[in-house]
Amino acid sequence: MTTQLESSPPPSWLVALTWLTPVAVIAAQVFFVMASAPDRDMGHLQKIMYVHVPAAWNAFLAFLFVFIQSVRYLWKRNEQADLMAAAAAEVGAVLTGLTLVLGSIWGRPTWGVWWTWDARLTSTAVLFLVYVGYLALRGLTDDPERRGRWSAAVGILGALNVPIVYMSVKWWRTLHQMQSTPSTVDPTYAWGLRANAIAFLLVLIVFIAWRYRGLRAEFALERSQDEAALTRGVAANVNDGLRGGVRA
Amino acid sequence: MSELSLAASLRGDWGRVKAVAWKDLTAERRSKSNFNAVVAMACLILLFFGFALGPDAEGLRNAAAGVLWLTILFSGVLAFNRSYQLELEAGALEQLLLYPGERWALYVGKLLANLAFVFLVELITLPLTAVLYQVAFPERWLTVLLVLVLGTVGFVALGTLYAAMASRSRSREVLLPLLLFPMLVPVLIAASGATASLLVGDPMGDSRAWIRLLVAFDAIFLVAATWAFQFVIDA
Amino acid sequence: MRGVSAQVHAGEVLAIMGHNGSGKSTLLRVAATALRPTRGHGTVWGADILRDTQRVRSAVALLSTEPGVYGDLTALENLHFAARMLGADASPTTLQRALDRVGLGREGGERARNMSSGMQRRLSIARLLLREPKVLLLDEPYNSLDPEGASLVNTLIRETVARGGGVLLVAHDLSRADGLPDRTLAMHDGLLGDEPRLTHRPLANELPVGSVA
Repeated sequence: MTTQLESSPPPSWLVALTWLTPVAVIAAQVFFVMASAPDRDMGHLQKIMYVHVPAAWNAFLAFLFVFIQSVRYLWKRNEQADLMAAAAAEVGAVLTGLTLVLGSIWGRPTWGVWWTWDARLTSTAVLFLVYVGYLALRGLTDDPERRGRWSAAVGILGALNVPIVYMSVKWWRTLHQMQSTPSTVDPTYAWGLRANAIAFLLVLIVFIAWRYRGLRAEFALERSQDEAALTRGVAANVNDGLRGGVRA
Repeated sequence: MSELSLAASLRGDWGRVKAVAWKDLTAERRSKSNFNAVVAMACLILLFFGFALGPDAEGLRNAAAGVLWLTILFSGVLAFNRSYQLELEAGALEQLLLYPGERWALYVGKLLANLAFVFLVELITLPLTAVLYQVAFPERWLTVLLVLVLGTVGFVALGTLYAAMASRSRSREVLLPLLLFPMLVPVLIAASGATASLLVGDPMGDSRAWIRLLVAFDAIFLVAATWAFQFVIDA
Repeated sequence: MRGVSAQVHAGEVLAIMGHNGSGKSTLLRVAATALRPTRGHGTVWGADILRDTQRVRSAVALLSTEPGVYGDLTALENLHFAARMLGADASPTTLQRALDRVGLGREGGERARNMSSGMQRRLSIARLLLREPKVLLLDEPYNSLDPEGASLVNTLIRETVARGGGVLLVAHDLSRADGLPDRTLAMHDGLLGDEPRLTHRPLANELPVGSVA
């Protein structure tokens, strides 16, 4: 089961991706820096969008992954699914935080303010808080089985809410006749965005995979300690074969 | 599965829903201290918002809808953990989980009891807000009540679910709002938006869109929370 | 619990003794389906504890160390709630009869919170009387009970056995069990072992060595 995997070497696809990712990231940055001229209004500042937008996409993608793994866990009670959800939540939280910070930094020179209540940024802030709640719950729950069930419930409901939050914030702004955020995607920048989106997707996958392995190793260690204690007991017990059952 | 027909087992579960709701409400009625404390909290919050946002009458009137809903959320959240505390005090939860029947019956029973509780708090909070914030009696008061009900249902549905977890965790006082409030963003936006609009006669017809959102939200999360409860309530 | 294997037969009383923390309460809870075992399997009265939880629950009754009552409800109201949840007869006469049997006949209107722990314990025994369970699971049933209360528990055990049911009794001291247990096993550190030499003497600090690590 899980114990035999903890000491296995990382799969070759993961090693390959881990080497590929920094290359891709650097390549993507170089590409958009060189390939696109400074935006006529915002100058080089616009380049923050190349990181901010892909980070946002991947932050939401990470939460979709949390959702899928949460459903898997409740369905099959597969511990691996729970650990993958946890790994994805940690990476996703960081990406979401990054998105918010970058959005704020971009907004300051552009609109003169550190924050604007635009639909995307605000939904991302709410997503960040959902992540934080999810991780706090995990941190405060010691029993692994309960932790798995509870975080799965929170993850699933949180994910269901993401589109609803986005819609409500959007309506909230349009009904108040706020001007919509200037478009951040100019066709000339599309390729730069896509390149970076892929690079960040690689970052997401690699980080989640490594974090998952870390969590799995921790979990397997706990398990093997329990197994050792059990085996000690079994060896000493003469009468009953300890099969683990109660019949009444 | 069992020999009971579906109808019979549903009747049994519905009977359990009523029993749980009755039990929660009776326990609450006996020790009114919780209700009084929550109402007192609501009044305090209303005053505090007044201090922070006033004393200009115009400003207060504009803020009234938002303040009302914030008050409901901040005071109501105090009620949910209590619903589980009475199960945890003398180990009643263990027995509760060993009775026959489906888990959703426990959830719906607690949901109904919490709804009654929060509605009663709102019965006091609503007029008090109108008075303190000098709100004119709205023509479409019935719609305002509809919004109140819809928003409260979403609030209590999620609160009842999340409190099942938070009440059994460390840091329960902060964990419940931390988990619950991000989920309530649509409720807050929609309910306060609709209420604000209705208080000035709903000139743009905004309230319709918000009400639709609230109905959708309630439908989705009543189902989701009822389903999720079985995974959350067990030991 | 680390390794448990046991059988209780219909009409039998099995007692399990052990220190606090030996896992005997856990065993009882797993049998009652109040807890899911992380590994292993079990059947209670023919129903699998993992897959047929509803059937297990309708067959067993658990007397826990905690009374499991609602402090703000009266004794009668507590029983009324339990009866409704069990789908059992919730008429006032039936409930009063149950209270009478456990010696709480005049405390029906008393709030559970104001009752002593012995009285609360009796109230939870009254709850057991609302139905006729096939399997009685008793966790330290003699705690905080006076001799009358203890004999009440024993009567309950006898009645269950007479009906053809089984009883699993967990305690650290069996001196009040009146010789009822047909077999006694010892549990230590999550492991269950056979100890035919163990009688109803209260446990000393060390369990007899030989079968348990």
